[in-house]
Amino acid sequence: MENHILIVLLIPLLVGIFSLFFWGKKRLQQYTFLVSTFLMLIASGFLLERVINGGVIVLQSAGWDAPFGISLVADLLSAIMVLITAIIGFAVAIYSFSEIDSHRIRFGFYPVMNFLVFSVCGAFLTGDVFNLYVWFEMMLISSFVLMVLGNGKAQVEGTIKYVTINIVASTFFLAGIGILYGLTGTLNMADLAVRLPSVPKTGLMDMAAIFFFIAFGVKAAVFPLFNWLPASYHTPPIAVSSFFAGMLTKVGVYAFIRFFTMIFNHESVFIDNLLLYTAAATMFFGVLGAAAQYDFRKILSFHIISQIGYMIMGLAIGTKLALTGAIFYIIHHIIVKSNLFLIAGVVKKCTGSFNLKKIGGVYGRYPFLAILFIISAFSLAGFPPLSGFWAKFIVIKAGLETSDYFIVIVALVVGFLTLYSMTKIWNEAFWKKIPEEYVEDSKSKSVPLSSIKPMLIPVLMLAGITLFIGLFGESVYNLASMTAEQLLNPKIYIEAVLGIDFNLQK
Amino acid sequence: MEDILPFLIGCLYAGGIYLIFHRSFVKLIIGLVVLGYASNLFLFTISRITRAAPPLIPNGTTQLTEPFADPLPQALILTAIVIGFGLQAFAIVLIKVGYKTLETDDLDDITATDRLDN
Repeated sequence: MENHILIVLLIPLLVGIFSLFFWGKKRLQQYTFLVSTFLMLIASGFLLERVINGGVIVLQSAGWDAPFGISLVADLLSAIMVLITAIIGFAVAIYSFSEIDSHRIRFGFYPVMNFLVFSVCGAFLTGDVFNLYVWFEMMLISSFVLMVLGNGKAQVEGTIKYVTINIVASTFFLAGIGILYGLTGTLNMADLAVRLPSVPKTGLMDMAAIFFFIAFGVKAAVFPLFNWLPASYHTPPIAVSSFFAGMLTKVGVYAFIRFFTMIFNHESVFIDNLLLYTAAATMFFGVLGAAAQYDFRKILSFHIISQIGYMIMGLAIGTKLALTGAIFYIIHHIIVKSNLFLIAGVVKKCTGSFNLKKIGGVYGRYPFLAILFIISAFSLAGFPPLSGFWAKFIVIKAGLETSDYFIVIVALVVGFLTLYSMTKIWNEAFWKKIPEEYVEDSKSKSVPLSSIKPMLIPVLMLAGITLFIGLFGESVYNLASMTAEQLLNPKIYIEAVLGIDFNLQK
Repeated sequence: MEDILPFLIGCLYAGGIYLIFHRSFVKLIIGLVVLGYASNLFLFTISRITRAAPPLIPNGTTQLTEPFADPLPQALILTAIVIGFGLQAFAIVLIKVGYKTLETDDLDDITATDRLDN
């Protein structure tokens, strides 16, 4: 029964090791990565189905019972996140066929990509705080390698910034773990949730919460810890930045949700306020940053930040509806954001540049691509009936219900500004004519329609999912609502991990 | 021992952060290494260091007798040291590559990816 969790983790690990043996074999590695992500898609679909129907699945590794060994736990949130990881991994795998050059493949692009998928899934599935730290570090080292692979000037520069801030964040994470262990003598998340309430309230606990806040805040790029993101995410190839943009910051958000619903359970008003105001500032400054930019990828990078704000806002409000909104937002955001990055890559292929001032006329030449862009961009901006509308609607409604008017106003203003920068991309890249002085330049660098066709497959797939989430919002809403309920009743999770049920099954 | 360690850790944190604020690549890396030491020692100290018997259950009994030393923090630190070592090794190679491709070792000179490119 519990082995479902292991299958999801073993697929990318084994395929990653397998492709190490075929170092530099281009075709083989491409296809193995495609197959591995496809198998993961199936396995994680089954995992989610199991979790929905049968409740939380727990695997006690090596048979050591809960507080002593490391538990791998798949509750609804974890299972959803793993499924989305597989979807994005699959899309990126298809896209990488036409984008990743043989130079990068010779230096081990595909094995590292497999390990990245492996560690992201591990971070979602672990039930142990220190184990989460280890998954985080694995994820970091894989992402470092992917970001710098190719050794472009901008890439090296972006990576130095990315590496520095993330290593500093890791030291904070480690210090936070130390405090938690000193207070409770356990590192199992479920056991922590049981023991922490009985620990005498001292400043230490808030300090641990702040340390975790900083560590996850850097990963999730919340205000004021976000400066590394727009400085580095636009430098690697699009297949890499698309995966990073979709998944890596969301691992931080996932950790936020896990820690601040289960372990630091809305006990301290200070932390709640901190989350709320950080969310507002994150949204606002992220979107302002985007408004100033003229690089396709940089606009999208700043928008990641502002959208993270909405998710943290849902967590900070903390009612069932708000958490539902946050989870809905995560699902919608990962799909849409990765897709927009992929589209940016296709537009670059058609026009030869990412700089909006140098390109134009994509709508005239590739109307189909323009439609796909509109679906994703207006979903991000929150147009009904696309997925972003429902996500924003739920979060804002939750804010109104608890009368947090300040953050609701910020969220609405940010929505308008998001629309502004999405229409900016539309006007500049798709609508206007190519500026006279760049016509020749663009012609020499652009490619015929037939060669972008394979790149459109993942874009089409993700746009289809966006449409599905928008048009059949209710089923996704129900899933998110179930997840929120599970998060608000940590008892279910705790009983599954520590509980009697597990022993009875054996 | 427990009285000296906090001061040492404080000094290490301060030194690490001070070095990170420098503009040179090399000082940045040394700062990160020192910061890593600081957090490892912090983890070690705050998880209650005790001087006691090893946590082995004697023959014929089923429970540990107090006082016993907790081995887990040391296991955690060992893991953290190994991981930190890997990251630091990567970072050192990275700054070497950075020095070669960017032709500078001044952090204030690497602002190209932050700029608006109009």
